Amino acid sequence: MHGRPRRPAKPEDEEAASAKAAKLRDLQAQVLHNHHARTYTKEAIGLSFKLLEINPEAYTAWNYRKLAFQHNVKELSDPEAIKSAVDDELRVVEVALRQNPKSYGAWYHRKWLLNQKLAPVDFKREFGLLDKLLKVDARNFHGWNYRRFLSRFMGVPDEEELKYTMDKISENFSNYSAWHNRSILLSNLLIQQSKGFESKQKIFSEEFELVTQALFTDPSDQSGWFYHLWLLAQTSSPDNPQLIASWPSNAAKLTSSLMKEKVEQHTLSSIWSRTVPIVLYFNEPVKGLNQSSVNLKSDLEFSKDIQWRPLTMADSGYSNCWAAYLQISNECSSLQEYSVEVNIPCSDDIVSRSGSNYNSPVHFTFDIELISNDTAQGLDLFDKPVAWNCSESFQSHGNRDPIPVDLLKITSALVEQDSNWHFERLSEEIDLFRELPDDNSKFGKLTLARLLLACAAIKSRGRSLIERKGYCEEALGLFTDLIHLDPSHKQCYEDERSLVLMDKLTCDMETFMKHCSVQVQPNSAPLNHVQLCRLSLTRIGFAERLLWVQMLDLSHNSLRSVEGLEALQHLVFLNISNNQISSFTALEPLTKIISLKVLDLSFNKIGAHSIDTTRYICSSPFSHKIEASEAFEEYQKVNINVEEYWDAILFFRSLKLAQLDIKGNEIASKENFRTLVVTLIPCLKWFDGEDVN
Amino acid sequence: MAEAPAHDYPTIEPTSFDVVICGTGLPESVLAAACAAAGKTVLHVDPNPFYGSLYSSVPLPSFLSPDPSSVPLSPSGDDSHTVVDLHRRNIYSEAVDLLLRSGGSHHVEFKSVEGRSLLYWEGQLYPVPDSRQAIFLDAATLKLTEKTVLFRFFELVRAHIAAADEDVEGEEASDKISEEDLDLPFVEYLKKQQLPPKMRAVVLYAIAMADYDQDTDCCEKLLTTREGIQTIALYSSSIGRFANAQRAFIYPMYGHGELTQAFCRCAAVKGALYVLRMPISALLMDEERKNCLGARLTSGQDILCQQLILDPSYKVPILDAPSDGSDSNLLRKVARGICIISKSVKQDSSNLLIVFPPKSLEEQQIAAIRGLQLSSNLAVCPPGMFMVYLSTPCADTSTGKQCIKKAIDALFAPQASDSLEGHLKETSENNEDLKPTVIWSCVYVQEITEGTSSSLLSCPTPDEHLDYRSILDSSKKLFTDICPNEEFLPKKSAAVYADDDSDSAE
Repeated sequence: MHGRPRRPAKPEDEEAASAKAAKLRDLQAQVLHNHHARTYTKEAIGLSFKLLEINPEAYTAWNYRKLAFQHNVKELSDPEAIKSAVDDELRVVEVALRQNPKSYGAWYHRKWLLNQKLAPVDFKREFGLLDKLLKVDARNFHGWNYRRFLSRFMGVPDEEELKYTMDKISENFSNYSAWHNRSILLSNLLIQQSKGFESKQKIFSEEFELVTQALFTDPSDQSGWFYHLWLLAQTSSPDNPQLIASWPSNAAKLTSSLMKEKVEQHTLSSIWSRTVPIVLYFNEPVKGLNQSSVNLKSDLEFSKDIQWRPLTMADSGYSNCWAAYLQISNECSSLQEYSVEVNIPCSDDIVSRSGSNYNSPVHFTFDIELISNDTAQGLDLFDKPVAWNCSESFQSHGNRDPIPVDLLKITSALVEQDSNWHFERLSEEIDLFRELPDDNSKFGKLTLARLLLACAAIKSRGRSLIERKGYCEEALGLFTDLIHLDPSHKQCYEDERSLVLMDKLTCDMETFMKHCSVQVQPNSAPLNHVQLCRLSLTRIGFAERLLWVQMLDLSHNSLRSVEGLEALQHLVFLNISNNQISSFTALEPLTKIISLKVLDLSFNKIGAHSIDTTRYICSSPFSHKIEASEAFEEYQKVNINVEEYWDAILFFRSLKLAQLDIKGNEIASKENFRTLVVTLIPCLKWFDGEDVN
Repeated sequence: MAEAPAHDYPTIEPTSFDVVICGTGLPESVLAAACAAAGKTVLHVDPNPFYGSLYSSVPLPSFLSPDPSSVPLSPSGDDSHTVVDLHRRNIYSEAVDLLLRSGGSHHVEFKSVEGRSLLYWEGQLYPVPDSRQAIFLDAATLKLTEKTVLFRFFELVRAHIAAADEDVEGEEASDKISEEDLDLPFVEYLKKQQLPPKMRAVVLYAIAMADYDQDTDCCEKLLTTREGIQTIALYSSSIGRFANAQRAFIYPMYGHGELTQAFCRCAAVKGALYVLRMPISALLMDEERKNCLGARLTSGQDILCQQLILDPSYKVPILDAPSDGSDSNLLRKVARGICIISKSVKQDSSNLLIVFPPKSLEEQQIAAIRGLQLSSNLAVCPPGMFMVYLSTPCADTSTGKQCIKKAIDALFAPQASDSLEGHLKETSENNEDLKPTVIWSCVYVQEITEGTSSSLLSCPTPDEHLDYRSILDSSKKLFTDICPNEEFLPKKSAAVYADDDSDSAE
């Protein structure tokens, strides 16, 4: 089944193929005719068999057979007759599977038949059929799917199925399906706490040993590495989701002005006007945050019900990062401090993708001070374009609280159970893979890097900074090796390296402070400024440590995506000039940052390629959304070329920018682009350094 | 063997053949099949009432006084369950190919040496990891790093073989092992591939089947990488050629006599004439006593032929006298041991190959000792018992015998009782982890003669190897002397034959 070379077609093959096609067309027409006419006679059903015998992919023929079967079986009352009807149908499926063992339609038909529960199922025959098929091709995932279906159908204990995966792995360990099924069965058994599966540590130790045997035998075989990756994920991450950061952080003091909303759009709002976002950041994607799973207590009055929204591009409902916007009601007008209490108890509502619920309760409070802020009122802060070079260090601005410390407090306050075992297990694996004699095994290096990072993550909880940095350094070296060793996956390794780099730069205060400063703009409170320039970053990581940032300079990197920045609900200034952004689709996360006012996109690659390749990389491109088509209609009316600028339209219309720099991109040189942007962002004041008006 | 009265002998018609072959050992039988396939008229006679000559399998009762030079005989009866092969060996390598090509595989039933080969290393028996899956599954005796280097080496060889098969032009392929490395001693190449000593022993003695110690410089029998890789290629290409037989070694059911008979049947189907119980009493020579014209059979009948082929037990003075200089070589000897034991050397495995690398038993052990354990499921011994054949090449009789005895001591517990009957009962109560006990054993040394080719051809005696490679090579050489322009057992002959009723050979 695998690794068969394709031979070029010969002329006689073509002839045979066209004859076959003619025959198929004829059969298909007849079957369709019978289908429409609801003819369920023996001859008509026989025709559909003839069609499926040659082409098991004719899905309509399967559906026709289902209807015909239901129709005919109704008239039968003798159990024997029903049984023989079912048997006939099963035999048709077998014939089809002989033609194509990977026919979706045929497998589905068989499951459908069994699910009708009309006759007792001969499980011996079913498992016999499966054994035969899996002998021909042990990696036929349809077969494995059907096996899972059967074992559930007849209640085969997971332990037995686990034994079967071991049999298959003993025959040939290059079997993704067997390893995969093993991971599913083990997860089930561990969750159910079946007999012999009480200790996760013992089971995983055994599994690590088993898969290591395969990895060391043939380091170039991928199937084992995939299983190892699963084991690593099970070992390195906590069982249950955890909150790792929030904004505002615990005991933070905020100020909020009582300005009217219409004035708001032209202010540099380090001071919130009646709207305060709360951001919660989890260690893995979760869903189920709502008013009851997150308790908010405050003497402030909110004008609307609080709604928690996932900050993510995907529609899955799961997200690492959740936000809610507190609307301070107009009735609150006394200038005083209000305290807000956030309480996340153990909750069955908040669940991770693997289905485990949130069970580490967190409680934090912060204060909001309402101020009148009359001085700022009426002042146009954007009377000239904002420059990026006037900032002072934190030290010189001594009176400010170093905000990151507070953020990190939450992270370290979390108690990590079992972390000793995890760490020991991972260390053992690291020692093992350091000895892998195959120096050029990319999987070996990648796995070692991942193990090191998992160790680093555990160490962050124990605050062993030096060790942690050592792990990061080694992992960085491995990724650099990998970029040379396996150039076809260069971008992937660069992304991984960027994450490690960001971890290294932000994991401790001392290093992080070198990149932090306070930006002082006239007529505005100082802004928290972070500079991560010229680091060859290709993507953003550890956004949970940047939640407090208001001004972010990421210029002169190699960013291809800005995913992660959507968590920075406080961000006002963003500089991503001189990067590798190639489309507006890649910038979609920015549309989630409602506070963003100044954006520097200059000298990127937007518009350089007519085909937007990131559409397939980004989790959810702009396209195919209902609100999009409404917007398009609207803009079509004002003579905007929707076909050409659809992504620009969707991007800019969701931003409330005051200043945009986009020079140095292909798209900016297009004639009517400036007009387009100005139309799309009515509040824009500065375009590429020029006054819009 | 008792002389039969003359009138019992049939008269052979016609009286002139292209080739007359005497003796039905393996090389003779292969030659008979090859000559018949090449269109020669063949008369194949054997003084014995059974097939096989030195390669025969003899029922146990007739093998009570083992003396390999004179073949013990008994009227063949089916009452015996134990068959002792005079020479045990696995079919391995080219024989597989030849059997398939000649269609001989229709006549024999095969069994693989299931379980594994075992390697004796530092006083213990270890399974030989000979495939990817075997390396993976052996978590008990293989270290992780050993796994990587061993499998990487296998992959290197596999890529080399695949590349060598593909390129006809002799173009330098990147997957191939460099010429320089191919000329290196194999052991040096293995060191270069970072194989630790135990893994080197596995590859050298249990897979590449080297005989002599490869770690000493003085030995002139150092295997080159080229030779080593050729053997590994055969090893891997032999795996799973017949249904039911998956390991690299396969073994004919009911003993090795079956194998020679398979080739005889092929020859018969191609028109060769077979007469058993027909010794040759004299050679017919031309006037100058230089060329052989034919043979006089015991029946008194004279048969003329262009080529006479004799099995090596015939000592013909004129054949021995004009030697081609091979006399200067020391006569090769092979020490053999046959044991019947109470239980398997390794639990749960019935048929096994055991390899003792040189010096693994004692300093004086110059060559590898190989042992083959066979069980009753090959129909060679009674149920519950196992038969072990040991062999090693040696320079002189006493060291050879000593080596075999050492190997027997290493594998088995000493014989406790002389009585065969009483012993059977004792052993049946033996504890599981005890070594198997020897019920019966014998050790002997045999000289090896090469095949010679002149007007009178003589076939080689069985040699020290476990496989038939060198015997088939010399048979092939003899065949090219007879029919210089013919292909040795071409595939075509099998295709025609395959449709024939195989019983017509009788």
